[in-house]
Amino acid sequence: MSTRPPDPHADLARDALPPPPGPELIGGDHTLASVTEKIASITLTRRTPLGWFVGFGIAFTLFMGLLWAVVNLLFVGIGVWGPNVPVGWGFDIINLVWWIGIGHAGTLISAILLLLRQQWRTSINRFAEAMTLFAVACAVFYPVFHTGRPWLAAYWLFPYPNTMGLWPQFRSPLIWDVFAISTYGLVSALFWFVGLIPDFATLRDRAKSKPWKVAYGMLAMGWRGSARHWHNYDTAYLLLAGLATPLVISVHTVVSLDFAVGIVPGWHATIFPPYFVAGAIYAGFAMVLTLAIPLRKFYGLEDFITLTHLENMAKVMLATGLIVGYGYMVEAFMAWYSANEYERFMIWNRMTGPYWPMYAALILCNVVMINTLWVKNLRTSVPYLFFISFVVSVGMWLERYVIIVTSLHRDFMPSSWGMYSGTAYDWSAFIGTIGLFLTLFFLFIRFLPVISIFEMRTILPEAEVKEDA
Amino acid sequence: MKRHRLYGLMAEFHAPADVVAAARAAHEAGYRRLDAYSPYPIEALAEALDVHHSRLPLLVLLGGAVGLVAGYGLQYWASVIEYPMNVGGRPFHSWPAFVVPSFETTILFAALTAVLGMLALNGLPEPYHPVFNVPSFALATRDRFFLCIEATDPRFDQTHTRAFLEGLAGVGPVNEVEP
Repeated sequence: MSTRPPDPHADLARDALPPPPGPELIGGDHTLASVTEKIASITLTRRTPLGWFVGFGIAFTLFMGLLWAVVNLLFVGIGVWGPNVPVGWGFDIINLVWWIGIGHAGTLISAILLLLRQQWRTSINRFAEAMTLFAVACAVFYPVFHTGRPWLAAYWLFPYPNTMGLWPQFRSPLIWDVFAISTYGLVSALFWFVGLIPDFATLRDRAKSKPWKVAYGMLAMGWRGSARHWHNYDTAYLLLAGLATPLVISVHTVVSLDFAVGIVPGWHATIFPPYFVAGAIYAGFAMVLTLAIPLRKFYGLEDFITLTHLENMAKVMLATGLIVGYGYMVEAFMAWYSANEYERFMIWNRMTGPYWPMYAALILCNVVMINTLWVKNLRTSVPYLFFISFVVSVGMWLERYVIIVTSLHRDFMPSSWGMYSGTAYDWSAFIGTIGLFLTLFFLFIRFLPVISIFEMRTILPEAEVKEDA
Repeated sequence: MKRHRLYGLMAEFHAPADVVAAARAAHEAGYRRLDAYSPYPIEALAEALDVHHSRLPLLVLLGGAVGLVAGYGLQYWASVIEYPMNVGGRPFHSWPAFVVPSFETTILFAALTAVLGMLALNGLPEPYHPVFNVPSFALATRDRFFLCIEATDPRFDQTHTRAFLEGLAGVGPVNEVEP
């Protein structure tokens, strides 16, 4: 705390003017105690609402679709999936990129916005980080199972001394991907867990029944809120944020290199890394909105997740959406400017070939619709934001579909041209991962604090320490 | 040695500013073995207790360096020494390609060091601690603030320390902490 000379006009100004209409980050008249009770009660005392069981039931049913698809895949082989020559990558990589992209918003909110001192991150970081973890879990399903026999695939994915004396090919972007995604998953889990430790202590001290006290107590590891501990804790949290920031940028960059390092027209472009990272944040914020809007409504958290939060997220979505749109423009421009006939054919075929409806829908979602967020009335309308969050998710899925399928289906030789579409197993697995994601999210809402309690305390006016000394 | 032994004396506060002032006063009165407890991080509180330095950043730097060397070393050893394979005439030691996994292992080792180091420096997990013997201490994770002067402090004296704590501004009850 620096000691500033007192401003002689400060009192005068405060008396003369109404309080500045600053952004509302926390509504109502909340105190340290009420914030604690309100958030902890969702897990501890309040009865589990009927809607939770209904939602969980639907999510779990969808998740069963994944198991059905996996069992078929393992019994029959990857022939049950759609990919074949010339389209060797289909739903598996489309959905991997889609899910990994969604995960990025969680780390952006928890790490980058922390470093930028954006206080509005406080009430959304916890569930956004949970979303990241669950999205990574869904994403990892695809690279693992697209090998067909995952238990035989470990030796070329992970460097471990195996009986065949083989080692992974470190020059391949696919191995970079293994390192990037597994590091990302682990670091996100660590970040999430460290943030939860003080809240586990709160739940331990609030829980009424012995089993919950013991369970939360073990997770809290004896946290007691000592000033010496907080000092190390804050340092660790900041360091983790500093480490997660370049990491999150690197992950989608590496994912984009899976494509950009190849020589396939439509993939071989230097715009890919920044354009993928922007797309990831764009898709991730859409998913945060999709989850936050029902969450605040059903659990009465409007005081904590205010309209300011939703509008800020809409603004991030608009900004990153415009970068994505710029990416589409550059792709088309470079294809023309390169004067390379394969590139020109690729982009023309993407826009007017057999997959043109996908491309048109993609432009409608990610370029046309997103620009409606310039209008303040739409940006602050909760139902519209909920709607646009779905538009963005669909748009980003279409983007990956268009990039992957249209680039591959017209090979260099017309004799090897072909068409691709997902099979029932592909769709079932995809919808199943959505079920898995929602199942995990419902469990998270029920058993862990959805909003970071201790960080909410820090933004209360009551928590401020004014120093006279 | 039948005397009743204590872990320390613990004073309770309702306002964050009071506990900060109390911690500063206790430090100025010469107490060194003391700690303050709050439901959220208060920078001024650590400063009042004269806690400035953390060894964590250095540990994390070392962790990252180990990760970098380990990641790059693994790739060099696997691709050049143990399993050299000529793919399209590319050099065995393809350092530009090795940068990416090395970067990831650097981050991974540094992040693990940050978390495990934080827990180790704080002495966690710690299944038992005397401060939890004070019933009202359960509020330390809600809206209450505590200052505990430990009996091992050379200046600790049950009567004098109690009088000192009870004389602080904004103080609530002063509790004895069973060991």
